[in-house]
Amino acid sequence: MSDLVELSAADLADALARREVSSVEATTASLERIAGVDGSVHAFLHVDAAGALAQAADADARRAAGDDNQALLGVPVAVKDVVATKGIPTTCGSRILEGWVPPYDATLVTRLRAAGMPILGKTNMDEFAMGSSTEHSAYGATCNPWDLGRVPGGSGGGSSAAVTAFESPVAIGTDTGGSIRQPSALTGTVGVKPTYGGVSRYGLVALASSLDQAGPVARSVLDAALLHDVVAGHDPMDSTSIDRADGWPSMAAAARRADISGLRVGVVKELGGEGYQAGVRTRFDEAVQLLVGAGAEVLEVSCPHFEYGLGAYYLILPSEASSNLAKFDAMRYGLRVVPDGVTAPSAEQVMSATRAAGFGAEVKRRIILGTFALSSGYYDAYYGQAQKVRTLISRDFEAAFSQVDVLVSPTAPTTAFRFGDKVDDPLAMYLNDIATIPANLAGVPGMSLPSGLAPEDGLPTGIQILAPALEDARLYTVGAALEARLVEQWGGPLLDSAPSLEGAR
Amino acid sequence: MHHSPKIAAMPGPAYPSEATPSDGRTITREEVAHLARLARIDLTDDELDHLAPQLSVILESVASVSTVAADDIPPTSHALPLQNVFRPDEVRSSLTSEAALAAAPAVEQQRFSVPRILDDEP
Repeated sequence: MSDLVELSAADLADALARREVSSVEATTASLERIAGVDGSVHAFLHVDAAGALAQAADADARRAAGDDNQALLGVPVAVKDVVATKGIPTTCGSRILEGWVPPYDATLVTRLRAAGMPILGKTNMDEFAMGSSTEHSAYGATCNPWDLGRVPGGSGGGSSAAVTAFESPVAIGTDTGGSIRQPSALTGTVGVKPTYGGVSRYGLVALASSLDQAGPVARSVLDAALLHDVVAGHDPMDSTSIDRADGWPSMAAAARRADISGLRVGVVKELGGEGYQAGVRTRFDEAVQLLVGAGAEVLEVSCPHFEYGLGAYYLILPSEASSNLAKFDAMRYGLRVVPDGVTAPSAEQVMSATRAAGFGAEVKRRIILGTFALSSGYYDAYYGQAQKVRTLISRDFEAAFSQVDVLVSPTAPTTAFRFGDKVDDPLAMYLNDIATIPANLAGVPGMSLPSGLAPEDGLPTGIQILAPALEDARLYTVGAALEARLVEQWGGPLLDSAPSLEGAR
Repeated sequence: MHHSPKIAAMPGPAYPSEATPSDGRTITREEVAHLARLARIDLTDDELDHLAPQLSVILESVASVSTVAADDIPPTSHALPLQNVFRPDEVRSSLTSEAALAAAPAVEQQRFSVPRILDDEP
């Protein structure tokens, strides 16, 4: 493995700024790493080597011309396949979009390009981001670089695995119920779901529009902050995009501050204990003690309605998804399948045959569930009630944040599980997101960072930090302070303990 | 701001109007078949056999949401307050027809070509 791919995004950016290395060299190193290990990891659905190298050459030319005020100029990035990329296939892990090449860029991709970040390719995911393991990708699962027999989490397992396996320094994920944070926990990386509206959704293929949010995936808190600063900001193309009069503060500056003396930290009583793996709890408790050692004041906080979050989420999400996915009608783009044995089939018959062939089991399950929850006579009892629970959860957050500055919990109840363990048991799969869902329902920002390795299985565990809406910077200050103490305790980054993938399989 | 937008649902089946999830009801195979028709997805017999019990288990597990919120709790559709967004009514560049049609399954005379949309029968 080239030393270049082991550099953090921040260190690579420094080396690029000092002209010790070129973006073409760094991008080439990433592409070679992908060629070397992605046969085993399968983090990527598409690698755009030619495009990435052209953008790298352009970044080098910009720097030579003195146009070098972008912090991550020349640092390569991987993008989850749910984000539209002009000229690069975008499938959302679904057969129904196989080979689709978008005619436009998502706003966050426009920002990556403007920042001079070469796009290495598109990362694997559960189909339309429905899942917590990537096993629901129509193109095969991604393997966890810590143990290739286990899942990397999901839906953004590809982005997390790409960063874990040193295939890319940073990546873009999307998080509707935990799809950035849960894979980060399972792979020992850092993932952030910004405040809803912080990053434009224009060009994201929508799963649940009121919950979806894109954010950074990285190997350190500072790297995530640097990428967050690139993609965040108001976008007139997204009506839910936040237009702050004072603009967003620098997340990188917040990460570099890393001072939490006097900070009030609330441990969420309802997110922990029963149902959480012993090693996950142990590492979480130790991390909380490190926060105390760093000068934080820790108290237990109750959020009594969080236990209803999972139920509300699995009514709201399928409802919105069944509506959003109605656009896959075989008429304007994507797959078209003509039913067998029907002479001159109607548009409706073609649509039904196409969706039968193009959607996988989990997508069908959720569309049917959403269609049920929205049907007349059941709308008030299911979707309407779920929206009321959403209010109760937001009120729990308001009450909690009147007492403390941030909340913490384990990110996921378990470490990475084996392929096949939960793939046909929807409820068991859904439980992976029990601690991450409340943040999506209330729109508040959340971060997962590694808290260590579970003693019983040696696999990564994650701690989640939650802040009030718009206070994303607080996550980075707390996360960086905790990370510094954890790394000191471990004697180096957690990923130093990950197995080498050289010659795997 | 809390409000409850009417999400565009496909025409609903005739269910009892006062039904609540706490009825402990399950979804039958026939209902799944009906919902699949509404959602425009052809399901195989195996899929119908598999989905009905799975959906019933999921529904049972989410039933608690119907009992927790009192009548006076307002629904939340979006996490943060939303207001309508306007932009100046001015011409902007958009996709060319070639770009818009590039991924179409079938194209005819610079248009999307689609299967017949009406039944033969009157």
